[in-house]
Amino acid sequence: MINDTLQNRRYIIAVVISAVVLIYIVRLFTIQILDDKYKEGAESNAFLYKTQYPPRGLIYDRNEKLLVYNKPAYDIMLIMREIENLDTLSLCKDLNITREYFAQRLIEIKDRKKNKGYSSYTPQVFMTQLSAEDIATMQQFIYKYRGFYIQNRTLREYSYPAAAHLLGSIGEVSPRMIAQDSYYKQGDYAGRDGIEYTYEKQLRGEKGVEILLRDAKGRIKGRYEDGKKDLAPKIGSNLKLTIDIQLQMLGEKLMDGKMGSIVAIEPATGEILSLVSNPTFDPSILVGRQRSENYRKLVNDPMKPLLNRATQAQYSPGSTFKPLQALICLQMGGITEKSYFPCGGKGSLPISCTHFHGSPVSLLNAIEQSCNPFFWGAFRSSLEKNGYGNENVNFREAYTAWSEGLKRFGLGKRFPDSDLYEQGRGYVPDTSFYDRSYLKKTAWRSLTIRSLAIGQGEILVTPLQLANVAASIANEGYYITPHINRSDSMRQRIHSVGVDKKHFQIVKEGMERVSTFGTGRYAHIPGIALCGKTGTVENNHGKDHSLYIGFAPKDDPKIAVAVVVENAGFGATWAAPIASLLIEQYLTGKIERTWMLEHMLNTVLNPHAKRY
Amino acid sequence: MQNVTKIKFALDWLTVAYYLILVTMGWFSIYGASYDLENSTSIFDFSQRAGKQFIWILTALGIGGMLLLVEHRMYNLFAYVVYGASILLLIATIFLAPDIKGSRSWLVLGPVSFQPAELAKVATSLTLAKIMSAYNYKLRSIKDMMPLLLVIFIPFALIVLQKETGSALVFAAFFLVFYREGMSGLILLLGMLAVVLFVVVIRFGEVAIFGGQGSLGMILAMGIILILELIYISFFRKHVKEALWLLGGITIICLLCWGLNLAGLSLNYNYVAICLTLASCLYCLAIQVLLRHKAYWLIALFAAVFVMFSFSSGYLFNKVLQPHQQMRIKVLLNMEDDPAGVGYNVNQSKIAIGSGGLYGKGFLNGTQTKLKYVPEQDTDFIFCTVGEEHGFVGSFLVLLIYWLFLMRILTLAERQREAFSRVYAYCVASIFFFHLLVNIGMVVGLIPVIGIPLPFFSYGGSSLWGFTILLFILLRLDAARMETMR
Ligand SMILES: [Zn+2]
Repeated sequence: MINDTLQNRRYIIAVVISAVVLIYIVRLFTIQILDDKYKEGAESNAFLYKTQYPPRGLIYDRNEKLLVYNKPAYDIMLIMREIENLDTLSLCKDLNITREYFAQRLIEIKDRKKNKGYSSYTPQVFMTQLSAEDIATMQQFIYKYRGFYIQNRTLREYSYPAAAHLLGSIGEVSPRMIAQDSYYKQGDYAGRDGIEYTYEKQLRGEKGVEILLRDAKGRIKGRYEDGKKDLAPKIGSNLKLTIDIQLQMLGEKLMDGKMGSIVAIEPATGEILSLVSNPTFDPSILVGRQRSENYRKLVNDPMKPLLNRATQAQYSPGSTFKPLQALICLQMGGITEKSYFPCGGKGSLPISCTHFHGSPVSLLNAIEQSCNPFFWGAFRSSLEKNGYGNENVNFREAYTAWSEGLKRFGLGKRFPDSDLYEQGRGYVPDTSFYDRSYLKKTAWRSLTIRSLAIGQGEILVTPLQLANVAASIANEGYYITPHINRSDSMRQRIHSVGVDKKHFQIVKEGMERVSTFGTGRYAHIPGIALCGKTGTVENNHGKDHSLYIGFAPKDDPKIAVAVVVENAGFGATWAAPIASLLIEQYLTGKIERTWMLEHMLNTVLNPHAKRY
Repeated sequence: MQNVTKIKFALDWLTVAYYLILVTMGWFSIYGASYDLENSTSIFDFSQRAGKQFIWILTALGIGGMLLLVEHRMYNLFAYVVYGASILLLIATIFLAPDIKGSRSWLVLGPVSFQPAELAKVATSLTLAKIMSAYNYKLRSIKDMMPLLLVIFIPFALIVLQKETGSALVFAAFFLVFYREGMSGLILLLGMLAVVLFVVVIRFGEVAIFGGQGSLGMILAMGIILILELIYISFFRKHVKEALWLLGGITIICLLCWGLNLAGLSLNYNYVAICLTLASCLYCLAIQVLLRHKAYWLIALFAAVFVMFSFSSGYLFNKVLQPHQQMRIKVLLNMEDDPAGVGYNVNQSKIAIGSGGLYGKGFLNGTQTKLKYVPEQDTDFIFCTVGEEHGFVGSFLVLLIYWLFLMRILTLAERQREAFSRVYAYCVASIFFFHLLVNIGMVVGLIPVIGIPLPFFSYGGSSLWGFTILLFILLRLDAARMETMR
């Protein structure tokens, strides 16, 4: 009996053994098949994803001259967890840093508030953007310091110390950029302004990754599957700009010692030939380790050298507005080519004339002589063509047509389809602005807004917009969005300005006379039919701004220019000659008027407008 | 020579086949585990682990073959001698062995290291078999068990002194043999209950309830004891009235305490629970005396002993166990998260196995094991290599073969005519089972880290020889079952 029960115990033992084996099989099933977390664990364990930074795309000017290229730079990286028996003293010596700096960097790296993605397992940037010379000693001895390694990067290098605003610079990505684009990781670099920003995606290429196998002690044991799973970095695409670097440099030299800007556009293509803003700086000072210090200097300079005056600064256009005014008024039917208005010289009301000439004045002469009373008359008759009407409705309609006309020339807004990142909007007041200012719809009339007639008052334009107006006149009715990337697609962005072609002839004629007999005759270029218009703009910051717009040659224009020299005085004295020198250089390849060139180059109008 | 052919004929080739399969799989796993991605070597490179294991396998086969040639009665005859010798060796080891990672369990003889604990398992198995197969021996009472307990206690204690707690624990496996030979199953159940109470008290000991006046662990433990009392009284003794009285009493006291608590009187609920359980002991004794029901004093004793045990579990845990052992248990019970320390091993081991998926990463393609994330990966954690490189399919297959192997040994055991052979076979099965239970349980994170090898898989001549000797003595005894009539 007892024997029998003892016999049966073999089954119980067998069941116990089987149950244990079964439990283990279920457990294995759970961790091997149902649960994914262990697979992820294995990934982060054994694979070291080493980022391969592609060289950034090169930047050329329109004549294939290399403007921006790359030079090797190095980051010292460290993985906290892998630091072992570190000889701090010797490391500091090899890196040429102080122990205090070393200790402080470690604290900064570990500070999760500042360094959000910190993990002791992942590579952290210890020192960044070191040059080959900086790293020379370290490169030999890096093997001694476990946990530290050198990461290859590239830094921008510039062939010419020019076009800083246009080219922009590269800086460390901000937390916001990381949040917006998952491509970026903490410590990456990206274009922060200018071309580098607008074309960041093309220029940056694509980061690659090298998957290395890492053992439990952090030692690299070779490449995962012999590199089959690696991702090769894609080199950034090169960029060919519309800029002519020779012209750009000439522009920068001409503007040296002056505050202001030059914009030159090829009217037929909308290609920006040069974009000068002064005060300026050598783009190479915002590269590498000196970047933050220099950047601080530039930000704190009251002359605002970081501001791209060519595209961001806003001015009243003053008399440079007159050709545009004429075109709008012609299109509105306020005047014809044969219209005359009386001019009383200085004593004219409500706007005096700054020039001496006969009366009454024709459109042609008015442009040539920059006659204020004519444009007041033209402006008024355009706005009051149908009278004021009930509740000023006719007048308001005419004003809206006028202001919309300006907008079609690109005024009052950014060029939305341009590749210029930094752009000012400018300002074209609409009816609601005056309704607010004068509190009532019927409280304002032509007379109240008369300053607009001569490009003063509330209207504001950027030099880029001015240059575009010049280009639009040159093209006789259309413009192509000003741009800096020389590509066919940019050239397709054609905009009609809404003024009939027939109206342009007389305006161009007038502008040509400006250079031969008129206010801009000082800037006359022998042998070239230059159409232009000077402007002298009153402002609250001292001497008048000196402005000029123009294009040449009159038939088949190749270049349209806008120049602003702040607080310099008459448009004819500074802006016009600078523009004409630039045009001469561009069209003839040389400058014959060396006395003018010397004069412009050597004059310092503003000693603070220095170059960094 | 006639002897050899007879053995060839009578040998259980199926077991030998399982053995060879496991040893071969183990050999390949070691090659995989110690494979260096940078300088790969041949599996026969004798300077490497896999090459050495190959030599161990060949020598183990030689030893196995020799054991088969020994006259089978010799094992019975010399059991005590072998036991005595192994005990002397264990004692000597304590003094002679060099300190290897804190343990003094290895005897080093030139190029060969040997762990006498392996031999002690064989010797103890033979001795237990000899005692229990003695004429007239019946395992019925505690008294009958005394010599057996002594036989396993001596090597156990000596191995603990060598700081090889894991190997020492293997001797607990023999209780399975005692069970088969007549020991009450109740003892195994009580043993399991002790483990459950220990785990409950430790795991929930620091979980405060009743506003910090009681610990969940202690109150749960008392609850378990009371519930077991009630189950025994009502279901096994069918004394429903007595059970209801007890239940009523417990309920009233609980309600009373609840009331006092509401009234704002704070009590130490741990002591309330303990007193309540001890009161139930008195109640059982009263039934024994007044109603003259049989064996109620045993219930009282059971409850009292386990109250004491629960009460002292915390002390046992904190004072008797080493800090690293405490940590291993805490990590297993999810009480501590220590991914860099003790938790590291198990965590990495789970990662390695888990990352294998269904089919694994392929032979020699494991990343976790190759890159040495898994500690002791060719010895105690060898199963990780199987799990990572061969996936669930491979691990399942290995467990299946182990299961078949263990079932085969049970079959061999039951077909013996001699008690000596049967008991010995159960000893072998229990030891293999215990190793499998603890080793696989450890690598999959179900059992605290206890460093014992996976038979036939883990690298090492000493353990391979030990397991081979254990198995081939059984095969020799089995081959002789036809010769002996008794
Ligand atoms: Zn006039």
